[in-house]
Amino acid sequence: MTEFTNFRHNPGLDPAVHVWGWEIPVYLFLGGLVAGLMIIAGVRLMIMRPTARQALVCCTIGPLAGLALLSSGMLALFLDLTNKVNVWRLYLTFEPTSPMSWGSWILLLVYPALLANALTHLPEAIPALAKRVPAFVKISDYILARPRFVVGIGLANIAIGVALGIYTGLLLGTLGARPLWNSAVLGPLFLFSGLSTAAALLHGILVLSTPDNERPEFADFLLSMLTRWSEAKPLDIRIAPTLAQADNSFLTIELALIGLLLIGHLTSTAAHQAAAHLLLNGPYAAVFWVFVIGLGILMPLFLQHLELRHRIRHTIAPSLLVLCGGLVLRFVLVAAGQASHWTTALH
Amino acid sequence: MVIDTRRCVGCMDCVVACKTENSVPEGFCRDWITETVHGEFPTVQLEIRSERCNHCANPPCVDCCPTGASHVHERGGVVLVTPEKCIGCKACLAACPYDARFIHPDGYASKCTFCIHRVEQGLLPACVSVCPTHCMHFGDADDPLSDVSRLLASRPNYTLLPEAGTKPGVYYLT
Repeated sequence: MTEFTNFRHNPGLDPAVHVWGWEIPVYLFLGGLVAGLMIIAGVRLMIMRPTARQALVCCTIGPLAGLALLSSGMLALFLDLTNKVNVWRLYLTFEPTSPMSWGSWILLLVYPALLANALTHLPEAIPALAKRVPAFVKISDYILARPRFVVGIGLANIAIGVALGIYTGLLLGTLGARPLWNSAVLGPLFLFSGLSTAAALLHGILVLSTPDNERPEFADFLLSMLTRWSEAKPLDIRIAPTLAQADNSFLTIELALIGLLLIGHLTSTAAHQAAAHLLLNGPYAAVFWVFVIGLGILMPLFLQHLELRHRIRHTIAPSLLVLCGGLVLRFVLVAAGQASHWTTALH
Repeated sequence: MVIDTRRCVGCMDCVVACKTENSVPEGFCRDWITETVHGEFPTVQLEIRSERCNHCANPPCVDCCPTGASHVHERGGVVLVTPEKCIGCKACLAACPYDARFIHPDGYASKCTFCIHRVEQGLLPACVSVCPTHCMHFGDADDPLSDVSRLLASRPNYTLLPEAGTKPGVYYLT
């Protein structure tokens, strides 16, 4: 038997490590969501190669939402910093071994890429805004007159989106001191989780924009107000089944990656095995199995499968479940990761 | 640094000396005492250790720092933090397997510096200089003629969590 006593009592470290609170999971979730929106927008823009403006949820609403979501995520990250006055120091150096340094520079590239994607079809999606700012129409015309430029914007969104999505996972995955995080699988896991939440968000927006007799009058009133203000034309809802299908593919890959993460840990050192058990049957198991696996992945998979088979109509329920599941996944992994430790196996 | 666990009595003089020398804020500590009890009665073994930042040769806290605030001293062997560069992202706290860092009330990451300001003047770190049992030894482990090298060559020793791959610079004699 071994009994260990530590007389240290540093706040945030003792008796249990808790250096990151709600801000980091929220930032990782929003970062992944924006990465997914960028990739979907880029792919859609490239596949279509449009020469005429269209009201596209993937290429206009998605990137515009992405700009707002990324700003919210960066605000959460900023709130987490304890020495906020020095934040500008991030942009005085590039540290190649630090994922956070990579991320801070990647985030700078995200804004122009998202903006270019959004502006391509903005005049059609939000005519009211285009009327007030004629420059938006000129920019859109300029981009659409150059097919190679359109492809370039699409490629840039895909490349930066992949980098952003993987970075949010590697931010944790490179911290070897916390066995639960110490896996390269976290990079693709957060990327595909981001893709699934992005597809779910866009699918949810399409469902909400579709006329529905059973929707509460108040919700209809809010939507009609928004549509009237923006003078927006109806979004092309033909892509809704494609988004649901894509979401199911992303959720399936995400499930497989979670499985690989756990298999990797369970076949590794005692510390990694103890870390995996935090999720499998430890203090975080209930939240992990119910909210991440059950309600966050399996339930929306099932509902969207029924939607695609035309057994039930498209609703926002799967979208909300996927979005909540993605957020809880980050919360669980950040919390459980801080609870995992090399010495855990010794105690 | 080499610490003789057979001499350490856990008096915490090193903790008090560090707090005094480095003006460590109330409620925080840069070094601390741990006790590990092995075995079952009547064959019980107690080991007392004075612990601190291990000033690793492969420091993950330096690798993950996005601003270069965490760095290795120009002459090597000592891991330091420049408060003016630190943004308080806490990545280094999460990256340290020894949980040796903390966030100073002024917002920056703080930790043991091996009292580099004293060492540069030819003095010993405060914790080493006050130890009443002389269980702590400080020097260059790369110099085969130094006290620490001779102790490491003559006595069984270990480092904390070698499996973490950080190559700690603090050794414990058994």
